[in-house]
Amino acid sequence: MTPRIVVSLKVVPKPEEVSLNPETRTLDRAGAENVLNPPDKNALEVALGLKDTHGGTVTLVSMGPPLFKDYLELCLGMGADQAILLSDRLFAGADTYPTSLTLARAIQKLGGYDLVICGEESADASTGQVPPGLAEWLGVPQITFVDEVRVQGDTVIARRALGSSYEVLEAEMPAVVSVVVGSNEPRFPDFDRVEAAAKSGWVKVWTAAELGLRDDEVGLKGSYTIVHDLVEGEPVERKRHFLQGSLEEKIRALAEALEPFLRP
Amino acid sequence: MKPEWPEDAHRGLWVYLEQQGTLLPVGHELLGKGRELADELGESLTAIILGHGIGDLGREAIRYGADEVLVVDHPLLEGYTTDGHAKVMAQLIEERKPNILLFGATYDGRDLAGRLAVRLSTGLTANATRLEVDREKGLLLSAVPGFGGSILAIIKSEHGRPQMSTVRPGIFAPLEPDDTRKGQIETVAVDLRPEEIRCRVVERSVLPREEIGSAERTLVAGMGTGGDLALLEELASLLEASIGVTRPLVDNGVAGRERQVGSTGVSLRSKLAIVLGASGASHFVSGLRDVGTVVAINTDENAPIFDEADVCVIGDLFELLPPLIERLEKAKMGMA
Ligand SMILES: Cc1cc2nc3c(=O)[nH]c(=O)nc-3n(C[C@H](O)[C@H](O)[C@H](O)COP(=O)(O)OP(=O)(O)OC[C@H]3O[C@@H](n4cnc5c(N)ncnc54)[C@H](O)[C@@H]3O)c2cc1C
Ligand SMILES: Nc1ncnc2c1ncn2[C@@H]1O[C@H](COP(=O)(O)O)[C@@H](O)[C@H]1O
Repeated sequence: MTPRIVVSLKVVPKPEEVSLNPETRTLDRAGAENVLNPPDKNALEVALGLKDTHGGTVTLVSMGPPLFKDYLELCLGMGADQAILLSDRLFAGADTYPTSLTLARAIQKLGGYDLVICGEESADASTGQVPPGLAEWLGVPQITFVDEVRVQGDTVIARRALGSSYEVLEAEMPAVVSVVVGSNEPRFPDFDRVEAAAKSGWVKVWTAAELGLRDDEVGLKGSYTIVHDLVEGEPVERKRHFLQGSLEEKIRALAEALEPFLRP
Repeated sequence: MKPEWPEDAHRGLWVYLEQQGTLLPVGHELLGKGRELADELGESLTAIILGHGIGDLGREAIRYGADEVLVVDHPLLEGYTTDGHAKVMAQLIEERKPNILLFGATYDGRDLAGRLAVRLSTGLTANATRLEVDREKGLLLSAVPGFGGSILAIIKSEHGRPQMSTVRPGIFAPLEPDDTRKGQIETVAVDLRPEEIRCRVVERSVLPREEIGSAERTLVAGMGTGGDLALLEELASLLEASIGVTRPLVDNGVAGRERQVGSTGVSLRSKLAIVLGASGASHFVSGLRDVGTVVAINTDENAPIFDEADVCVIGDLFELLPPLIERLEKAKMGMA
């Protein structure tokens, strides 16, 4: 079969550029540069690789503010066929529960899909909860943390990368898989295609109402977890004692510092 | 939203323990922290163990702090599957209504918890590194590091029960096992059919896992080693230390993912960590928080790692290590 693949991806601020505003206790993302969530790029590459082999289509879905549009265009330039941005003020403040619901409704609205490919986790929230949540809303099997995906007839076969071990699972499609970061080399976009996508408005925008979702099912209102407080991670005070002198002297001082840790 | 159970009908703190013939170390950690929180709430601590041929793992859970153990032994639960474990857990939770449920933030723990949160319509926080309870309200407060550990978000769920968190391995200390502790072990029968498990296992390699997080001494290699760990291995055997690495070395295939130290890897709890040729990125150093003494060796005097170290050595690791190893060998022989 020619699989109809959906890639669910998002944009995140570069982690090292986000700071905490100590007075308001909110995150200051204003200055932060945004990037496509790194594992989501690997997820997209898996999808495009499957399309190279089997044909079919790759559809992007993403829930986020309008600024995500540029990044979706970049992904269209890499070879995706269509992109849907789920954007609505009502979606703001969503935890993984309404996020996975909103994504699931959008995927159901597409009119048929075989495989949903996500990243393993997002760099800002780092929960990894959206892929299994999405699979539950869709009522389909899930294979998480995979580094290899194959499609054979209507079956998906994927290898879970579990630290020093691994397991290979197979399931009838439709199914959801999540891909670990660094598992492949994402291809470069074709910039003519990126430009065409931007010019001709390839990215479609859907709102909560278009998904048939009520305001208490999405965003902050639809979330179960709430941020009680934001605190600066307690800094660990280190001694910062620099060993001085020649190489010889440094080695002697270092050996002395390490001797208490030696066991006869 | 689906209807919710009245929140005050929910009692007890549960921990989901993974096993591969033995309990995974994170299970001991969950029992240790769970014991403390259950006492604070005045509720009981229940361990849940799913599998096949579980033997006396229930007893082990009691020695490590559980008041009660629910054991579900079924051939289809041999080896983890999402569908099998999710069905059984959802059934136990709906019948017995725990207030709090903790999982290890492992691959399988996160796979299962994420699925259950939606099935049960409840809140789930990921990768907690600090846990507290509000006794008055029976609320769980989970601290979650964001953005490379520089910011902690304290998360709670006022609605939706059980309150669920996955807990980062290597953070909490287990209790000393106590053979005299008493507890109840209950075996629960479940109805599970093969066709309910939609993912088939084609192949499974379960290699023994070396848990670098709980090692007493650790050497950590960064990109400055160029991926050549020969000298580090020599030093490691002298110090009886484990070897961890920074993420680029994992991405380059020099070491397995289980050796990665940092916010997306393991947190070290060692007394001593020697960091060689790592720049000190925030994602990396968050894995050093709980280390007793950090020694850093780097050629670049401005490397951020020196802000995170107790003993700082500016120098080339390839020049420093051979004479250092020689000296330590002598010192060790002198001790014998
Ligand atoms: C979402 C996300 C999560 C991440 N999670 C992690 C994580 O969990 N763990 C992690 O490690 N990284 C993580 N990273 C990557 C992290 O940001 C850094 O890129 C990484 O830690 C850098 O590794 P490094 O210090 O080994 O390499 P580099 O930054 O390249 O540093 C190499 C250092 O070696 C020194 N050096 C060179 N030669 C020598 C020599 N001969 N002797 C001594 N010193 C020498 C150099 O001066 C330099 O300081 C994450 C990144 C992202 C975006
Ligand atoms: N807002 C979103 N829009 C689209 N996909 C998302 C969104 N949030 C999470 N995902 C997907 O779910 C994966 C895991 O994210 P998380 O559960 O937030 O750590 C990501 O790598 C994405 O593939």
